Amino acid sequence: MNLRTPRTGGLALLAAVILFLPLALVNNYWYEVAILVGINAIVCVGLNLLIGYAGQISLGHAGFFGLGAYGSAVLTARYGWPPAAALAATTAGVALLALLVGRPILKLKGHYLAMATLGLGVIISIVVVTEDRLTGGPDGMSVPAFTLFGLALAGERLWYWIVGGVLLAAVWIALNLIESPAGRALRALHGSEVGAQVSGIDATRAKLGIFVISAVFASLAGSMTAHYAGFITPGKVGFFHSIELVTMVVFGGMASTFGAVIGAATLTLLPQLLTVLKEYEMVVFGAVLIATMVFLPRGFLPSLVFILKKKQK
Amino acid sequence: MSAQLAQYLLSGLTIGAIYALVALGFAIIYNASHVINFAQGEFVMIGGMATVSLANAGLPVLAAIPVAVLAAAAVGLALEKFAVEPARGASVVTLIIITIGASILLRGLATLVWDKNLHALKPFSGDRPIELAGATILPQSLWVLGVTFAIVLALGWFFGRTLTGKAMLATSHNPLAAQLCGVNVRFVLLLSFGLSAALGAVAGILIAPITLTSWDVGVMLGLKGFAAAILGGLGSGAGAVVGGLALGIAESLGAGYLSSAYKDAIAFVIILAVLFFMPSGLFGKKSAERV
Repeated sequence: MNLRTPRTGGLALLAAVILFLPLALVNNYWYEVAILVGINAIVCVGLNLLIGYAGQISLGHAGFFGLGAYGSAVLTARYGWPPAAALAATTAGVALLALLVGRPILKLKGHYLAMATLGLGVIISIVVVTEDRLTGGPDGMSVPAFTLFGLALAGERLWYWIVGGVLLAAVWIALNLIESPAGRALRALHGSEVGAQVSGIDATRAKLGIFVISAVFASLAGSMTAHYAGFITPGKVGFFHSIELVTMVVFGGMASTFGAVIGAATLTLLPQLLTVLKEYEMVVFGAVLIATMVFLPRGFLPSLVFILKKKQK
Repeated sequence: MSAQLAQYLLSGLTIGAIYALVALGFAIIYNASHVINFAQGEFVMIGGMATVSLANAGLPVLAAIPVAVLAAAAVGLALEKFAVEPARGASVVTLIIITIGASILLRGLATLVWDKNLHALKPFSGDRPIELAGATILPQSLWVLGVTFAIVLALGWFFGRTLTGKAMLATSHNPLAAQLCGVNVRFVLLLSFGLSAALGAVAGILIAPITLTSWDVGVMLGLKGFAAAILGGLGSGAGAVVGGLALGIAESLGAGYLSSAYKDAIAFVIILAVLFFMPSGLFGKKSAERV
């Protein structure tokens, strides 16, 4: 086992961080922050497969996150489904939706793709806000706790381990996908779509597959958020959350799974730290975003690796 | 034509003209730099908010408007100089994030300079509705339509008849070739941001008396302007205008006859439907290929 490859070494490091982080989490507030980081990281790991490896931008992933959250919430709270069944049905539904809309959407390129995914996200968020009899509208709705074999899963500490476990699984799946034939095909696509197609890669299928997987990751994260928080509002479904997610991926470094995790952690923590700035929060956040992209256009982790490699030489 | 239909068409044209102005801003910047400027909506906000605050400070509206437009243009120039220019050659996604960062920064500044309240601007020439084909139209709507029409004519003249305009067009087709022919491409880039910002500000000032203005008014207007630009085909000036008007009318008709709750969704449903069948918009160059 080579610990220097991201597949084993990186995964071991991430597991160690998740295992020992509770030593630093002094109270429930920091547990909440850590869970939020984990949930964002799960979405970003999936989104990074799409943006970083398949080279397809999505400005609407908060829509899938929201569908997951509201799917679980509505099915359990309004129709009395068992949470596990609601989770399964919601995830399957989101996967199906991604499959159906992914076909025409992924034919688009560049800014047209950005517009289409953005439109999809905005439509989902408007539906969530408008169908207030089901979703509670702008006020949000409360969600019953997730029960498994009659036991309710509640409390920050328990959810920390659940989210940590799911994150580890998500990273493991992503790392394996990247090294699988499908992952290699995707990287070829990112390099040169025509070249990849000439080499016999079914570009549409490869992109569609990743699109569905990233949507499922987002949906699962949404369902977990709904049950963990016990309450869900449309804010998490909107355009801004989509943008936040893309920003996390790009900030951490595209085409780097651990970069996506670092990006999610940094940009989830930053606003928490910036709250001390009160009314200057938005200004500083915007400025940090611009500065990072200008000075580290590859994103944080790849730039760091680049600098370290240059020093070794 | 029923009075109701006429009413919907008139209000659709009014808001459509605003979308068209915002879409033109997207198109101009896209042509010069291939950047989609997600801060375009903030120029709309700056135009409206600056005019309101200057007017409240006692300046006559006629004097406040040019000051507000120049202020927005200055912000546009600064955006190009300090955020877009240093990141030249970066990927599309990186540039998108930079302009989104700029839009967050500008909204933050707006809450600091001004506040988080809604503000009204007095209509330019009263608010007594005018009867027209059984429908009524606000004088301000006539201002919106008239000024938009004049701007479209002026832009047509600028890009078709002046050396600077032609240089901008040349840059949009091929920056390197344009540079070799002696076009100052960096100046063109700067100019495109200034011009787009000014256009956005004008849109924001024109619409402020009808819909009120506030620090976050640019978000939806920006997104819909982007949708209009894409609908017409990115980079096409005529497309941006047609796309804007079409979106405005469709939105107004949809809100009137289908569902007013889903008014904001209509633009995006249309754009998705169009993109599914015409991946380059209505008038766009056929650059997207089917896979």
